[in-house]
Amino acid sequence: MTVLCLVERDGDGLADASLRALTLARELAESCGEDLAAVLSGPQDSVPGQVLADYGAADAYVIESERLPASGYAPAAWARALAELASVVSATAVAAAGTDRGSEVMAHLGAITGQPMAANCAAVRRISPATFQLVRHRWAGSLLEDAVLEASPALLTVAVDAVAAAPAAVPAAAAARVVTLRPELSEADLHVCATESAERSAGVSLATARVVVGGGRGVGGPDGFGALEELAGLLGAAVGVSRVVTSQGWRPHKQQVGQTGTRISPELYLACGISGAIQHMAGCLSAKHIVAVNTDPDAPIISHADYAVIGDLNQVIPALVAALRSRSAPP
Amino acid sequence: MDILVCVKRVPTVGGTIVVTPDGQDLVTRMSGFTVSPHEECAVEEAVRIVERLGGSVTVLTLGPPEAVDQLRDMLALGAGHALLLETGGLGADSRGADGGGADGGGADGREWGPIATAAAISDAARRRAEGPDGGYDLLLFGNEAADTGDFQVAVRVAYALGLPCLTGIKNLEISVGGDGGAGAAGDGGAGVAGGGGAGAAGGGGAGASGGGGTGAGEVEGAGAGEGVRARARREYRGVEEIFDVALPAVVSVKEGINLPRYPSLPGRLRAKRAIIERFAPEWHSEGLHKERLRVPEGEQKRAQILGTGPDAVPALVRLLDELGVLS
Repeated sequence: MTVLCLVERDGDGLADASLRALTLARELAESCGEDLAAVLSGPQDSVPGQVLADYGAADAYVIESERLPASGYAPAAWARALAELASVVSATAVAAAGTDRGSEVMAHLGAITGQPMAANCAAVRRISPATFQLVRHRWAGSLLEDAVLEASPALLTVAVDAVAAAPAAVPAAAAARVVTLRPELSEADLHVCATESAERSAGVSLATARVVVGGGRGVGGPDGFGALEELAGLLGAAVGVSRVVTSQGWRPHKQQVGQTGTRISPELYLACGISGAIQHMAGCLSAKHIVAVNTDPDAPIISHADYAVIGDLNQVIPALVAALRSRSAPP
Repeated sequence: MDILVCVKRVPTVGGTIVVTPDGQDLVTRMSGFTVSPHEECAVEEAVRIVERLGGSVTVLTLGPPEAVDQLRDMLALGAGHALLLETGGLGADSRGADGGGADGGGADGREWGPIATAAAISDAARRRAEGPDGGYDLLLFGNEAADTGDFQVAVRVAYALGLPCLTGIKNLEISVGGDGGAGAAGDGGAGVAGGGGAGAAGGGGAGASGGGGTGAGEVEGAGAGEGVRARARREYRGVEEIFDVALPAVVSVKEGINLPRYPSLPGRLRAKRAIIERFAPEWHSEGLHKERLRVPEGEQKRAQILGTGPDAVPALVRLLDELGVLS
């Protein structure tokens, strides 16, 4: 009996969300007295076997097929591989990070197997051979659901900011043993194949920026972002906005922070003129420090922020920009 | 081009979320309900496609009788037809104050999970395919519902109907005619590339004009025949992924694919008068059961106030320095 965890690669290593998913999957496996095995895409010769072993996976199953596209990604094919493997190893549970890909593949696996799939779990515990007690995120983490999952195998995704990544107390091996997984694929499994565009996003990425300067309704209109842009330039920051700003068409959607936009995890989030609706705050749960600038001392964001300036951002931010400029200018 | 758009009625949530004392639902007395953001964009996308290519847009929701409000909101955005897969019974009492159960449940307290929901939607699509109007060419969904965030109804529907499924799509182009090459189209959002040979509905897909369709948004035009394809894009870890599939297909979209229009006054009037088709799907239990909802603990804090107005700037600069974000 085994707990399987689908992991996504990031360069030579693994995506942070996958390390978190591995951590939750390992804890589940340990509590059941079972092994943890990882499943990932090829190529085989660059499998990060040591990281996988450090996180408790003794085996790494690599999905291989000449029929997969150059990008390597076809969601139904990946799910077919997981379904075959889950059957062969009598998997107790199959987990993946609640990323776009993880969610997509697990949804396919749910449809293929006819089993329920519990999305965005923050905690999982087995209470009988095919019964699991879960905590799930709802509203992107602003609400928790205690739930019971009766399924074999249990299919679940792990909420991306719910579990801290932690290696196993004792590594499973020096390096995970690589096992080739050659799924039997039908035509239908390959109808949807990803092709990667050559384009790459430029500029400071909102998702990974160390500092984010945010603007909300309080900015007042499309022309009010000049000072925020200037501040962002001085701090090497990315500009993020609330949903009202994108719904009004003041700024493009790719700058939206929140449940239906980008999730950020900066050292500092300077949220200006943002009231702090739960859908927005769900996007910055991982921010280390939040500083709010708001005219309303009773705005919900004051209950989420670490520090606040009560005042109009259209006065405070230009003054801050001036102060930072005089600070960096030679005396 | 006949498009089905599936939407979900969800509570309108602002600065706080309040759970009912029994932990089964959200308090919605004061706030009301809306449609999940991704799904509102799905409706806008469908309306844009039909404005360019002709056809019809049907909006569907599974929910209590009160969910007709959300269907009318979507009709006001330009959908021509509406179908309510009605859960629970009319005359809700126990949850009447909250408008029929906020948490995906009907008045009878039954929890409609993603498997039962997908089955009900698949059945509705099959019923239409067996009738004179034929099947839908495109089934649009939101990537995930705002409340439960299950990420799977679209995929389950696609498997039930034997259709390809794309998820998380931020840019969608439908190309009619041609021989597989997607036409160059699309300025950012919804591009519709009309290749040669558009016009009469071809075989394979469904005809465009429904018999006696009186709904607004019904436009005579190209039906989806052979060679109708969807080219779709999304971003994965900073890289753009492109997908190309033949219709009919299931596509789930994300907010940002377009900027939904505001409902026009004629749109609102039309929506008010529109006849909403109703069907009572069969509920069945599935393996995931909600026990209770709760708000995460320890989230509430109170910011330390640095000062008021521009006078607070020196304190703010000191703080930024302490946090190590000034280079």
